[in-house]
Amino acid sequence: MGLFSSRKTHVVDTDILVIGGGFGGCGAAYESRYWGRKLKVTLVEKANIERSGAVAHGLSAINCYMGMRWDENQPEDFVRYARGDLMGLVREDLIYDIARHVDGTVHLFEEWGLPIMKNPETGRYLREGKWQVMIHGESYKPIIAEAAQKSASEVHNRIMVTHLLMDATHPNRVAGAVGFNVRDGCFYVFRAKAVIVAAGGASHIFKPRSVGEGMGRTWYAPWSSASAYGLVLRAGAQMIQMENRIVLARFKDGYGPVGAWFLLLKALATNAYGERFEASMLDDMKSLVGKYAETTPLPTCLRNHAVLQELKAGRGPIYMQTQNAIDTREKEEIGWEDFLDMTVGQAVVWASQNIDPKEKPSELITSEPYVMGSHATCSGAWASGPADCAPADYQWGHNRMTTVEGLFGAGDTIGGSAHKFSSGSFTEGRIAGKAAVRYVMALVGNAPQVDDTQIRMLQEEIFKPLANHAIGKHEIVAGSVAPSYISPLHGLQRLEKIMDEYVGGISTQYMTSEPMLKRGLELLTMLREDLDHIGAEGLHQLQRTWELKHRVWTSEAVLRHTLYRQETRWPGYYYRGDFPKLDDAEWHAFTASRYDTKTGEWQMSKLPVHHIIS
Amino acid sequence: MPTFTYMTRCDGCGQCVDICPSDIMHIDPVYRRSYNVEPNFCWECYSCVKACPQHAIDVRGYADFAPLGHSVRVLREEANGTISWKIRYRDGREKLFTFPIRTTPWGSIKPPTDYAAPDAAALDSPLLAHEPAALMVAALPSLPPRPEQG
Repeated sequence: MGLFSSRKTHVVDTDILVIGGGFGGCGAAYESRYWGRKLKVTLVEKANIERSGAVAHGLSAINCYMGMRWDENQPEDFVRYARGDLMGLVREDLIYDIARHVDGTVHLFEEWGLPIMKNPETGRYLREGKWQVMIHGESYKPIIAEAAQKSASEVHNRIMVTHLLMDATHPNRVAGAVGFNVRDGCFYVFRAKAVIVAAGGASHIFKPRSVGEGMGRTWYAPWSSASAYGLVLRAGAQMIQMENRIVLARFKDGYGPVGAWFLLLKALATNAYGERFEASMLDDMKSLVGKYAETTPLPTCLRNHAVLQELKAGRGPIYMQTQNAIDTREKEEIGWEDFLDMTVGQAVVWASQNIDPKEKPSELITSEPYVMGSHATCSGAWASGPADCAPADYQWGHNRMTTVEGLFGAGDTIGGSAHKFSSGSFTEGRIAGKAAVRYVMALVGNAPQVDDTQIRMLQEEIFKPLANHAIGKHEIVAGSVAPSYISPLHGLQRLEKIMDEYVGGISTQYMTSEPMLKRGLELLTMLREDLDHIGAEGLHQLQRTWELKHRVWTSEAVLRHTLYRQETRWPGYYYRGDFPKLDDAEWHAFTASRYDTKTGEWQMSKLPVHHIIS
Repeated sequence: MPTFTYMTRCDGCGQCVDICPSDIMHIDPVYRRSYNVEPNFCWECYSCVKACPQHAIDVRGYADFAPLGHSVRVLREEANGTISWKIRYRDGREKLFTFPIRTTPWGSIKPPTDYAAPDAAALDSPLLAHEPAALMVAALPSLPPRPEQG
């Protein structure tokens, strides 16, 4: 196809559009179909739904399961746990809502064929920790995808969604989305009555520790390109807690999971001299965060903080003492399966460096930061809560609807609701799916209208990077250096460097401050302008270009929220050098932002944190 | 790791291109076989390795931290519901593991439309599909009514 020939446009009309076929999107498709038997449910995915999203690789545990049937935990207990881990700032209504439904989701997964390990003595699911159950999860994603494929009216694979469409007749109402097919370059217009954004959070906005080929082995998937935020914030949705990035203490370089080693196999982390170090730092932690240092279990960020202090003192490397934990073949298999199910790369690290975990310990390190809404962190869109338990000011529409009418979210998209993981993200997708059905059914005769001019402008914008390259390459003989365009990888590496050096990445030991953030914003603003000059050599690079744009838009939100919150709430995730302590008097609140699509301005504000569980 | 494709094994079928979550397995226009076009965006997820009918795709650990001489090979057998791994260390040691992947036949999941349609009134309740039965407790938990928050 010639670059300037007219591209084919496909228009897809649907009642409900689900963007992203990971766990949130699969849950949304299943539940939308269950309640909306006659509605058209369309799922769109930039890869192949069978192996897409954060769980493409597989997983070795389900990290959110109450076990209410055995009276193991109640939803209230889970809210207290997530609140403690996030230093007090969570949407308790949203977390409670996921916790009360999540067991039903996990039981459904087991019925579908997901092998869940059993405790031979009790017959119950084998617990890894209080909230986690062990699974044989290599095929977790294909199993869940099978259910979603049988639920959606249509699944469109390999469509990169770039923008949401807004209603021409009604301000602040969503009307669908646009994107392109990464295989044939066709332009896609989805006109929808309701849209559920279930796209991924953000890897690769901060410079990763690995620098060459290994930059792909980030902890979160490299295809988690911040579309969860890039899409909704550009539609004018209010965002919260975007500063609440997460840093993970994991096996060095491979980023293999540590949960099973700590919780099930009871391996210990020590410094280079075999000493445990967390307990001795409690006084230091108290001086920074006060009563929050007394939370049990110790919050994730504070555990990172302890590792960082130990490394700064020169007592590293930090080691997981695996050799004391796997004394039987059964335990050895659990340890290896933990990696082979979800992080094969860690097994490769061990094989290549001659590390047998039965014989010697393995290094742990804190990762580069990530921005997401489903792990021990809760960035994302401000969403309306469940009618029967959300405080009045947390409700303005259907459950999981953002501040844009008809725009719902699930998984990484929804903010304030940490510790969803796979089962909770699927559950949140189900909640959003049902709510979207209710919304669509109430819309009778009032469907959104799509303005053709809006679509044509977006089409031009979407394909422009191809033209930038096709024209610009004639200025040079050969190679990758051109005066009028940069490649998407060039842009990504500039983004990662800015975020790393000014917004609290690894090279400053996660430290930032107002002057650093303001300088970072100047550079980020120039990068945002340069996004108009990305040159894409083909459709694969066009996908990378749009992933980069979503990452840059998201990064600006991360930076502005970090600047707005004048305290250090989560030492170990990041530090504000100019406000080194937690400040509950001023900042026991959510940070909120709204990007004005017309003026390009950001409005920052605080939103209240209500504690509805004692 | 990135992944790479053995020239003599690949027959250019494109299964790896179809499954790769990162869109980095492409068909080389000259050799008509697949290759990894962007190794630094490879997560080593092994989706392509598992999907290759010719076992033509392998992985060589990331050059910036993995010394040479290792291999992690996999055989995923859907019909048996198992996955088997063979790990060879740089120093020649080997480890073998086999794990289950699924307990039901592929394609056997009951779609939501196979269940009786729910009552229209249930659409306004907080219950999700198959609840409360699927929760295996008597009722969906709820919070007690609260006074207006302060």
